[in-house]
Amino acid sequence: MLKLQKPSQPFRLEEGGEIDRLAPLAFRFDNRRCIGYRGDTLASALLANGVRLVGRSFKYHRPRGIYTDGSDEPNALVELRTGDRREPNTRATTIELFAGLEARSQNRWPNLQTDIMQVTSLFAPIIPAGFYYKTFMGMPGWRFYEHFIRRAAGLGRPTADPDPDRYDRMHAFCDVLVVGAGPAGLAAALAAGRAGARVMLLEESDAPGGRLRADRERLDGAPAREWVTRTVDELDAMPDVTVLTRTTGFGHYDGTVISALERVADHKPVPDPFEVRQRVWHIRARRVVLATGASERPLVFAGNDRPGVMLAGAARSYVNRFAVRPGSRAAVFANNDDGYRTAIDLARAGIEVRTVIDCRAGGQGAGREQAAALGIECLDATAVTATHGHLGLTGIETAQLSADGRGIIGQPRLHSVDLLAVAGGWSPNIQLHGHIGAAPVYDAELAGFVAGSGPGASRSAGAVNGAWSLGECLRQGSDAGGEAARLLGFNPGAPELPVTEEAPVGPIRPMWRLPGRGKKFVDLQDDVTVDDIELAHREGYQSVEHLKRYTTLGMGTDQGRTSSVNGLAIMAEERGIAVAEAGITRSRPPVVPVALGAIAAGDVGMHFAPTRRTPMHDWHEANGAVFDHAGHWLRPQYYLRPGEDAGDMNRAIAREVIGTRSAVGMVDVSTLGKIDIQGRDAAEFLNRVYINGWSTLPVGRARYGLMQREDGIVFDDGTTSRVGEHRYFMTTTTANAGMVMAHLEEYLGVHWRDLDVTLASVTEQWGTLALAGPRSRDVLARVVDGLDVSDEGLPYMGVRDASIAGVAVRLFRISFSGELAYEVAAPADHAARVWEVLVDAGAGHGLIPYGTEAMGIMRIEKGHVAGGELDGRTTAVDLGLGRMVSRRKFHIGHAMAGRDGLTAASRPGFVGLVPVDSVSRPRAGSILVADPQARPPVDKLGHVSSSAWLSPSLPHPIALGFVKGGRERIGSTVWAMFPMRNEAIEVRVVDPVFLDPDGERLHG
Amino acid sequence: MIRITCPYCGPRDHQEFAYVGDATLTRPSDDAGADAWYDFVYLRDNPRGPHLEYWQHVHGCRAFVKVLRDTLTHEVLATGTAADDLVAGGR
Repeated sequence: MLKLQKPSQPFRLEEGGEIDRLAPLAFRFDNRRCIGYRGDTLASALLANGVRLVGRSFKYHRPRGIYTDGSDEPNALVELRTGDRREPNTRATTIELFAGLEARSQNRWPNLQTDIMQVTSLFAPIIPAGFYYKTFMGMPGWRFYEHFIRRAAGLGRPTADPDPDRYDRMHAFCDVLVVGAGPAGLAAALAAGRAGARVMLLEESDAPGGRLRADRERLDGAPAREWVTRTVDELDAMPDVTVLTRTTGFGHYDGTVISALERVADHKPVPDPFEVRQRVWHIRARRVVLATGASERPLVFAGNDRPGVMLAGAARSYVNRFAVRPGSRAAVFANNDDGYRTAIDLARAGIEVRTVIDCRAGGQGAGREQAAALGIECLDATAVTATHGHLGLTGIETAQLSADGRGIIGQPRLHSVDLLAVAGGWSPNIQLHGHIGAAPVYDAELAGFVAGSGPGASRSAGAVNGAWSLGECLRQGSDAGGEAARLLGFNPGAPELPVTEEAPVGPIRPMWRLPGRGKKFVDLQDDVTVDDIELAHREGYQSVEHLKRYTTLGMGTDQGRTSSVNGLAIMAEERGIAVAEAGITRSRPPVVPVALGAIAAGDVGMHFAPTRRTPMHDWHEANGAVFDHAGHWLRPQYYLRPGEDAGDMNRAIAREVIGTRSAVGMVDVSTLGKIDIQGRDAAEFLNRVYINGWSTLPVGRARYGLMQREDGIVFDDGTTSRVGEHRYFMTTTTANAGMVMAHLEEYLGVHWRDLDVTLASVTEQWGTLALAGPRSRDVLARVVDGLDVSDEGLPYMGVRDASIAGVAVRLFRISFSGELAYEVAAPADHAARVWEVLVDAGAGHGLIPYGTEAMGIMRIEKGHVAGGELDGRTTAVDLGLGRMVSRRKFHIGHAMAGRDGLTAASRPGFVGLVPVDSVSRPRAGSILVADPQARPPVDKLGHVSSSAWLSPSLPHPIALGFVKGGRERIGSTVWAMFPMRNEAIEVRVVDPVFLDPDGERLHG
Repeated sequence: MIRITCPYCGPRDHQEFAYVGDATLTRPSDDAGADAWYDFVYLRDNPRGPHLEYWQHVHGCRAFVKVLRDTLTHEVLATGTAADDLVAGGR
């Protein structure tokens, strides 16, 4: 008979906790059906269902369980969700349970119980820190081994599909920002809020309270939870107070800015419609109170990683907040009084607590008596020396500690337990302090590091500041919040603190490692053991930063929150120095893992960068243009005719070149940078920024100009026209438009403040087109009003105002193609109209639009320099433009251009290149050498800078490049090598002007 | 995420600015020797502490703002126009 087995929660307590027993939630872990309650985390629900083994460790594939109850979890990392939302390495301790949740264990094969890679554990003695690199790197076949080594180590698998969710970014401002809503944070927010300050309070979990949700504290004679509720209600009622839950401060930056990650919808199966999944906040506060609490430290003893070993504070959290028994028979191992309160809480939850093992020989506080009164055996000066159980804890061994704590006395004793709660003291969560440079300071009483004073308007309160007791946390929080408000001019009034009921506690005994045989894990996530730290010490990686990088200590998703202090303290012991002297590694953002999607927020896809379209864009689109990206611009690359497809590219490009050279072509050049230059000193300014002279340029004329950087290297080129007595119109290359503008502004703003010159970028104010070809004048003459466009009316390099179809335009007789050519600049709003009027007027003359490919081919045919030649390495002389340099004036780069290195005769000079076989196509970027058979290293003669694979005007491909000796080499041959494609092409060095060297076409 | 007070626009986030460079350098005269030019073009101090530098307000008024900034703490101690002589605490 088929029997339906309902999943049950054998470890759930009958009552208590913050879970909603009326809201059961079904979920799956490794395909096992489970039930939890609203209010559970995945970790608490797994424990309630009796699941203790949740993953395999990073390096040794050791069975691992749930170790903490928060974002510092090193062990319980799972793959969450499925399909395009599958996310690796999520911490089961921070995942709020939702209906239908699916999670899988990681780093195991074929399954969690039988993981074949566990054999690595057997080899553990021979794979210490750095093993793989030491052994395999440099050996033949590293590339082969690497694949397997990388697969053996590692954690979960991310999805390979695009992220279906949206993310958001918010900028916020407040007077007082409080990070952490435990007792100190709540008290701080309350004090600042009551004073009238604009307050923001961030809480990582789903609700404020912090440890007050996990411990059985009492305030004002009632459970502390009631004070939390009252306080949150009061804060919610304040109009200027914002409480953000599920929000973790992950970075602290200059200017009192905290970045925080809000998990808006991670507690739901999928985000609601129009809801973002996560949101990154950048909060600029006038004062910050960091109340980030502390993370409990493990004790480092043999076998301390078995499922069933758990931090004591987490064990209390599971029984008190989640109403879950993390085990049935428990022992507690402690070096401080937290051991006793843990034993008491576990016992009250019905767990059979057999023993409290205390490292200390005496000096315990009141907790020991209470525990003993409950019938719990309390062992002093004792340690856990071993643990038993394969996939989960079944027993521990304890032994009496020697006086110095380094050895044991007598025979170990066996205890049968399935839960070992470990209390090793608390490490303040000072990561956010470290981000702004606050140096950590060792506090011996706490046996941990607290934040020292740092720059900025931030201070800490509560456990992060070393406060041990609840009363002290509340007082520090209230003081910090009140002080922040007072410093901003608010009046916080007298603090009102709730009354606490706390018993005195004894001091902690730092025990960084304990005697016993077996693996003692310091960093559970990275599988770093005491042996690894001792090895690092022997091999000289002794500073804490070296230790971290050599062993990977603290480099996991938990950023060493449970492991750093233990690790560096063990190193300090090895070195024989004080822990304070060893110091602690510098923390950097983010404190918790942050998805790149959340940081990118809306800046994805089309929103990643703006798309710039020219005024004539729609015409191009309607007429078959294939677009190319030029920076942010979209430019027509070539135009396809009806019936053609991408396979017809070469035909289209050839058609455009031939059409232009034989009749007339038109190209959109609106993307060129355009700068309006005005002022009495404008000519002087141009003299200084260009290498050539401008004093003699009359109104109504244009001139080609070349700009250098201060170091003597060519920066940019373009034509600049004198359009008025004190007014010039400069054009720059498309690529450098922004840089040239900033460059000119810098000289006027910083170095030449005495010049009377004003600049305005007018790139987007003008739409410009070039009309080129032997029939260009005929087309222009049909549409231009108010101007004679004959050679006399508009001579070569002439500039005139005119009108086309009622649009005021500026005409330039300049040519990039080598043909008789004009550029027409029209106000951007009317440029498309001017373009269309010219298209219509040119219909009878064979006018053809051309794109950037044809434009590039025609300029290469004419040997005009462009981006490939102005590559930030060439001088005016290299480019064959040395004759342009004016010797009658100084200009930018003048002094440095004369340096030996820039004037050496051995510098490669600008030449044309033609394949000897008239067929091969030398690729741009090819290296020019003398001998194609030479073995590396090969002397380089130069390189190919631009290449036209197709030159319809000529019977062979052509290229431009630089070769040692320059023009002196004309007539000889060299080899163009492109080793990545195994290409070697013999090329003849020729004059860079391939077509019409005398410029007859230019002058029509 | 430091804030820079533009003398024309007021306090703004540094994202509106582009870092330009050392404001303690003076461009040599055109006929200064090669050494002076070499120093100006290539040599930069890397001081620890207050440093005078130019930032351009590129996403604002495009002015070149002189900024006295502590390179250790990133604290902006004073700002002014390119013509101002800055001392810590004010212009």
